[in-house]
Amino acid sequence: MVSYFRQLGQFLIELISVVGRAGSVWWQAIWRKPELKNAGLIVRQVYQLGVLSVVITVLCGFSIGAVLALQGYNQLVKYGSESALGLGVALVLVMEIGPVVAALLYAGRAGSAVTAEIGLMKATEQLSSMEMLGVDPLQRIVAPRLWAGFIVMPILALMFSIVGIWGASLIGVNWLGVHEGAFWSSMQEGVDFYSHVMKGIIKSIVFGIIVIWVAVFQGYDAQPTSEGIAAATTRTVVYSSVAVLVLDFFLTLVMFNF
Amino acid sequence: MEDHVHIQDLTYNRGARRIFDGITLRIPRGKIVAIMGPSGTGKTTLLRLIGGQLRPDTGTIDVAGKSIPDLSRADLFAVRREMGMLFQSGALFTDISVFDNVAFPLRIHTDLSEELIRDLVLIKLQAVGLRGAAGLFPTELSGGMIRRVALARTIALDPSLIMYDEPFAGLDPIAMGVIVQLIKTVNRVYGTTSVIVSHDIAETASIADYIYVLSDGRLIGSGTPQELMGQESPRVKQFVKGLPDGPVPFHYPAIDFADELLQNGSRG
Repeated sequence: MVSYFRQLGQFLIELISVVGRAGSVWWQAIWRKPELKNAGLIVRQVYQLGVLSVVITVLCGFSIGAVLALQGYNQLVKYGSESALGLGVALVLVMEIGPVVAALLYAGRAGSAVTAEIGLMKATEQLSSMEMLGVDPLQRIVAPRLWAGFIVMPILALMFSIVGIWGASLIGVNWLGVHEGAFWSSMQEGVDFYSHVMKGIIKSIVFGIIVIWVAVFQGYDAQPTSEGIAAATTRTVVYSSVAVLVLDFFLTLVMFNF
Repeated sequence: MEDHVHIQDLTYNRGARRIFDGITLRIPRGKIVAIMGPSGTGKTTLLRLIGGQLRPDTGTIDVAGKSIPDLSRADLFAVRREMGMLFQSGALFTDISVFDNVAFPLRIHTDLSEELIRDLVLIKLQAVGLRGAAGLFPTELSGGMIRRVALARTIALDPSLIMYDEPFAGLDPIAMGVIVQLIKTVNRVYGTTSVIVSHDIAETASIADYIYVLSDGRLIGSGTPQELMGQESPRVKQFVKGLPDGPVPFHYPAIDFADELLQNGSRG
């Protein structure tokens, strides 16, 4: 019993310590006046995190949109409501699947890459040498990745949803024969920018913050060994994926007035 | 002579292990001072304490009159512009070229034009004999070349204090000779204070003005290279003569060998 409480206590202390360290990294990297000369670093990271994630996002968005159209049509046609296919697919993509799946893909592609890169810089003493050159790695390495991470996530999520809707229209309209006018007009009627699209964008901003925060912190806090970096990369994908799914539940609960 | 670095009663623990137990040492301005000792005695840790990357548990560390542990993060980064550190691995930035590595501190800390930065970088690379390698990337360099480029980057801002972490480790005799010569030249030409952490006795003794020997978290000897060679302390003697066994045991602490073998036998 005593050993159980001791283990619980150790776990809680470690948890508080990790949250404290992660908060400290966040605070020191973000809450300082951004310097204009660092704008190029952010642009470079937008390319690394965002542009290089476009192909995987578009491919997965198209596939999921197509599958949603196939499955949705199968059910709706039973009730003669296949004309609502466009509306159903759009709502599911814009509010849920788009932000969530894009964030999961982002964690797997960009998040893991950021952790491995920062972890390797730590293991090869590049972060230490930067410190000794009088340059704060939290400003030079961590902050541009955090800012770029916030910027690209909503764009990727929107891209995912748009390509998904396009994929659904190709399957639903061009292949399964849903009336084109009904497909698009039901979407136009039922999808509201503020009630649906904006909430999806807010979700993706929150997911972007969480994923990139976990990624940079895991890299910065990694044990500077090959095993340590491997473990940190795994933790990035696992923690950020779980955080995205759990947060999605609470955000849905709050934003849609349940 | 004025002290550039003054460490007083320093203690530092890593977890339950005591790394330094009340050491005091002085490093005069403009001199080459070596900190030597067996592997694992915390020599590199001492450099990180001087550079403010670690904080001591007790004691003081003053660099150019400033108490390093008491500086704010911003002040610490400002003070580090006056320091340079040559890491054992070189720690070059692998995503940029040799030229850009050397230009890095100049671009960050100065408002010099690109033309002037170019000239300064070429001067520093010429000093280490690698002007011709300016366009290469760190992955294309040998270990000795990496350390020379790292030295060029370290001296880019003309620091008044340079710390060398195991500068001779893993180098072939020619590369080692080059690094020895460069440390000496940098010290003489730029008037820097040099702190060398090493366990290569011959190379270090050939250029050091003064040597401190650490073991088990304590200072066990100090003096000029000649004074150190003549010291009678068994620990210092074992280190400078390179004897495999002595006060610093060859074996890591363990239970009796025969007992351990018998334990294994009883398990079988």
